[in-house]
Amino acid sequence: MNNVASASRRLLAPGAITLVVLVLLATLPRYASAYTVIFLTSILMYIVSTVSWVIFSGPTHYVSLAPAAFLGVGIYTSALLGRTLPLPVVIGLGGLASFCLALLIGALTLRLRGIYFTIFTFGLVELIKNLLLWYEVNIMGTRGRFVVVVNNNTIYYVMFIIFVVTLLTAYLIRRSRFGLALRSIGESEEAAAHIGINVTLLKVVTFAISAVFTGAAGAIIATRWTYVDPYIAFNYLFSFMPVLMAIFGGMGLFFGPILGATVLGYLEEVLITRFPYHYMLLFGLILVVVILFLPNGLTGLIQRGGATLRQLKWQKGDGATKHANP
Amino acid sequence: MQILEGEGVSKSFGGLAAVCHADFCVGQGQVVGLIGPNGAGKTTLFNLISGALVLDAGEIRYKGKKITGCKPYQICRGGVARTFQSVKIFADMSAFENVLLGLLFGKSTGMSSADAAREAAELLEFVGLSAMSATPAKDLILANQKRLEVARALATKPELLLLDELMAGLNPTEVAQAMEMVTRIREKGITIFMIEHVMKAIMSVCDRIIVLHHGEKIAEGTPQEIATSRTVIEVYLGE
Repeated sequence: MNNVASASRRLLAPGAITLVVLVLLATLPRYASAYTVIFLTSILMYIVSTVSWVIFSGPTHYVSLAPAAFLGVGIYTSALLGRTLPLPVVIGLGGLASFCLALLIGALTLRLRGIYFTIFTFGLVELIKNLLLWYEVNIMGTRGRFVVVVNNNTIYYVMFIIFVVTLLTAYLIRRSRFGLALRSIGESEEAAAHIGINVTLLKVVTFAISAVFTGAAGAIIATRWTYVDPYIAFNYLFSFMPVLMAIFGGMGLFFGPILGATVLGYLEEVLITRFPYHYMLLFGLILVVVILFLPNGLTGLIQRGGATLRQLKWQKGDGATKHANP
Repeated sequence: MQILEGEGVSKSFGGLAAVCHADFCVGQGQVVGLIGPNGAGKTTLFNLISGALVLDAGEIRYKGKKITGCKPYQICRGGVARTFQSVKIFADMSAFENVLLGLLFGKSTGMSSADAAREAAELLEFVGLSAMSATPAKDLILANQKRLEVARALATKPELLLLDELMAGLNPTEVAQAMEMVTRIREKGITIFMIEHVMKAIMSVCDRIIVLHHGEKIAEGTPQEIATSRTVIEVYLGE
């Protein structure tokens, strides 16, 4: 009984904060400026791609550089079908196309491990980009295409829904027995296979599920860009950003990648607008400092801060009863 | 009745024949030892049985059914569990989670989380790790990591357990405890096939012993017969 009570107390504060943040985000366009709405759409997109990257790569330690491919497939789905099909269908198809691509890559390459897998996924982005470029230039005769325009609030709401679904899925997978199995693959794939886990199937399916959200996010963000070509849609930046954001935030806790994506996304915006000439330099410096001094990311810092605080309280004496049994 | 049978089992790596036309069988409920000098092909044979490697020729049957070509997870769900020569625990996970995974994904899939948690606690108790349930596996000493691996293997509900050098690197007290544990596992009705270098251990717990040398089976018999076999002594001690 006591345990249940303390567990629910522990969940109460984060639960309440999450609820407040979600309500604020859901009602944002009612009170915020157009700039804030557009800005937060980008942040939400970063969170979606980071969290979905972490769904697979976090526990298994298979570093994928394929997010740009998934995002790009979503973007092009939107560019091709946006005029003929209703928006929700286009978003769904963007996710589905990414899912199929990931299923295919997964089945082909997840037997590769470590750096080989990473390099393959990296090469994949380039391959699709160049194939598409070749097709557009040689067969269509024009590079790039216009995307149907959607108003900013609609884009925001769609992104918000994708964001909520992504978070929910990531949370449920992490808490389930499959989340545990994914971690065991990261620890020792061989042992995992020998205790009855169908590692290949689990890896391929999880990889494909994680691609859905990035694809859907690509399908909606494309409508904001009005024009896309293969260079814009399959930009390497979108493969590296999720990895950097996840490391920056720290992958130990569920909200680490969310925090990383938010802070880094905000920093990017601020640096670009305030220091357009030194943006990349400053951005790089911040990353180097974080990786050197905060190996567990921002959440590592918070955890350490929390531990120090508890220790201080303990020394003062007033924490003795409260934290006797954390 | 034979729970495990091998017929003409062969595996080579490049030009090296690791296992060569080996015939073997393990009877239900027995403890069978597998010995041989370093490089004799013992671990390769275990890898072939558990599906980690695919054999070049021959056939392995488990409970009369051919299992050659099956994937490791299928063989495990069929009821064959194993441990590893160099421990392969899930280092960053707690001892409890290590065992829990075996229960959730082994032979008994579809087990409720509450049942799995209760059985995981029982298994940790069985191998004597109750006090270290929440400890990350990497922080356990070697003897306890090996016990944890046994508990995780038992969690998959095996009928046949393959133990690959359970006692290597343990001190005499720990070896005695490990031998006692093997006896208790056997009392559960689980058949054991074990690779071992600690002769005292293997001679006292095994019903039968198979000797491999250069990938070939050179002797088989009761511990008594093996201890007095001329061929075995020659292989181990030279002429």
